[in-house]
Amino acid sequence: MTALVFAEPHGDSVADATLAAVTAASQLGGDVHVLVAGSDAAGQAHAGIAGVSKVLVASDDAYAHGLAENLAPLIAGLADGYDAVLAPATTTGKNVLPRVAAMLDVMQVSDIINVEGPKTFKRPIYAGNAIATVESSDPKLVITVRTTTFEKAAAEGGSASVETVAGPGSAGSSEFVGLDAVKSDRPELTSAKIIVSGGRALKDGETFEQVITPLADKLGAAIGASRAAVDAGYVPNDYQVGQTGKIVAPEVYIAIGISGAIQHLAGMKDSKTIVAINKDPDAPIFQVADVGLVGDLFTVVPELTSKL
Amino acid sequence: MKILVPVKRVIDYNVKPRVKADGSGVDLANVKMSMNPFDEIAVEEALRLRESGAATEVIAVSVGPAKAQETLRTALAMGADRAILVETEDAVEPLAVAKILKAIAAEEEPGIVMLGKQAIDDDSNQTGQMLAALMDRPQGTFASKVAIEGDHVSVTREVDGGLETVKLALPAVVTTDLRLNEPRYASLPNIMKAKSKPLAMKTPADYGVDTAPRITTTHVAEPPVRQAGEIVADVDALVAKLKALGVA
Ligand SMILES: Cc1cc2nc3c(=O)[nH]c(=O)nc-3n(C[C@H](O)[C@H](O)[C@H](O)COP(=O)(O)OP(=O)(O)OC[C@H]3O[C@@H](n4cnc5c(N)ncnc54)[C@H](O)[C@@H]3O)c2cc1C
Ligand SMILES: Nc1ncnc2c1ncn2[C@@H]1O[C@H](COP(=O)(O)O)[C@@H](O)[C@H]1O
Repeated sequence: MTALVFAEPHGDSVADATLAAVTAASQLGGDVHVLVAGSDAAGQAHAGIAGVSKVLVASDDAYAHGLAENLAPLIAGLADGYDAVLAPATTTGKNVLPRVAAMLDVMQVSDIINVEGPKTFKRPIYAGNAIATVESSDPKLVITVRTTTFEKAAAEGGSASVETVAGPGSAGSSEFVGLDAVKSDRPELTSAKIIVSGGRALKDGETFEQVITPLADKLGAAIGASRAAVDAGYVPNDYQVGQTGKIVAPEVYIAIGISGAIQHLAGMKDSKTIVAINKDPDAPIFQVADVGLVGDLFTVVPELTSKL
Repeated sequence: MKILVPVKRVIDYNVKPRVKADGSGVDLANVKMSMNPFDEIAVEEALRLRESGAATEVIAVSVGPAKAQETLRTALAMGADRAILVETEDAVEPLAVAKILKAIAAEEEPGIVMLGKQAIDDDSNQTGQMLAALMDRPQGTFASKVAIEGDHVSVTREVDGGLETVKLALPAVVTTDLRLNEPRYASLPNIMKAKSKPLAMKTPADYGVDTAPRITTTHVAEPPVRQAGEIVADVDALVAKLKALGVA
């Protein structure tokens, strides 16, 4: 059994998401190889991951922007030599891997949270309201990995060989136009230790910033949001935590003015400690919160910030 | 240009799913079912493209039980022109759905197939990407903006790092994210009108697709339940708790 992990593109370095996917891949019980699409420098960085025996680097420009039309034929072409192909369940992995699966005539096992056996996995369904144990009967496995439930492999200590691979290059049907990146000095949501998250109650972008940011600054926390806060334009789309946004599992998740809809809980209920601040004592968020404070966030949060 | 919109009948998003006591699955008996929310967004976007003159016809298609006719009638009531039900009482996996959609696309030759990014029951997030692979056409997944530009479509995508824009040659596959639009409600007159719109009945066999599952679900369990914790009296008590957690 040899598994190929499609690495999350991350400039010249290794993404935490890739390290989690490597852990899942090694639990399949065989060799782990990593495919890096992008720079040679990134190839070197990935060679250091503990437990990885080979790094394949495809440095053609066609593979630089995560275009599935170009990447899927590359990966499907390499898949011949592998029993399993994995990727972290990031927006890149979710975009590319099902395309690979279909090219291989395989049903993808999406978003696994546990490896139960060589072909058996656990995955959440219905927004995490049920956990299914599933077994694949396909000759090859194609898997995306929920990164918050697997430990990160050590980024250093390994000494994989690095090989260059070539693929068919550009399919010519799609073009990367640009990325409107959200720039922030804060910790990344999916790997943050503490997250302060705001909901619809924050009123508007300015109020969100005035209330949530100082608390997050004090705690060195990442900032998240409910769908309602994102839809209303308080914060950018990639702040959304939930079933259809980011899945997070920090040490501490502080939900402020968030009711706790099942779609939101799906994204954060694996947090170690959940703190909720809401003026409605019956808000469903309190059913999952370890620590709750009932009160008006506009008085409570500034007071909290000043007392920390 | 035609637009093909696959819509799935799923548990209503407001209903909290219950796992069956014997661990065989989620209990769907007497549970409210609706159109997958992302598919409503897809129908809405297709209708807007038709209304703007960029598209000429919107065809809704569902793979599922006879009851999925209701879901298709909802799409017709929103404004879709006609519908196709590929009827089967078996659960059909995304790969097989994609194969059926590919066969329908080969007949209908749509300029865009507009799917939801994710069905809220299986949370697979793969059918659109698979269809694009099988059709060997480009894909614009997780779309928050779609604009037709001649023989291309420009798609703005919600990605982990922000918003990405790609330009795809038509025909193309697009999957919708939450912020693409706000779906309209069907008006009563349109619900009435929808009853007489064409709805073709087909089966997977009509398209030569084998729907035998590749993945077996051996067990379905409730997730670990979180116990509600403590409600603290005031900010000072909360500060103490956070300090105890080593947070502050
Ligand atoms: C297909 C689909 C996918 C979805 N995906 C997601 C997802 O990924 N993530 C997500 O978050 N949602 C998602 N949703 C939306 C979800 O169903 C809820 O609508 C959303 O989470 C509600 O956001 P909220 O809690 O901020 O707003 P609300 O539900 O409106 O809650 C606001 C809360 O603030 C409290 N409040 C108001 N004023 C104050 C005050 N002054 N002080 C203290 N508390 C106050 C209220 O008591 C209330 O509990 C999805 C929905 C659908 C249909
Ligand atoms: N049985 C089905 N019938 C029609 N469309 C479907 C079906 N299953 C999936 N889809 C489409 O594919 C999208 C993604 O579903 P999934 O890959 O299952 O998460 C949905 O939003 C629908 O647009």
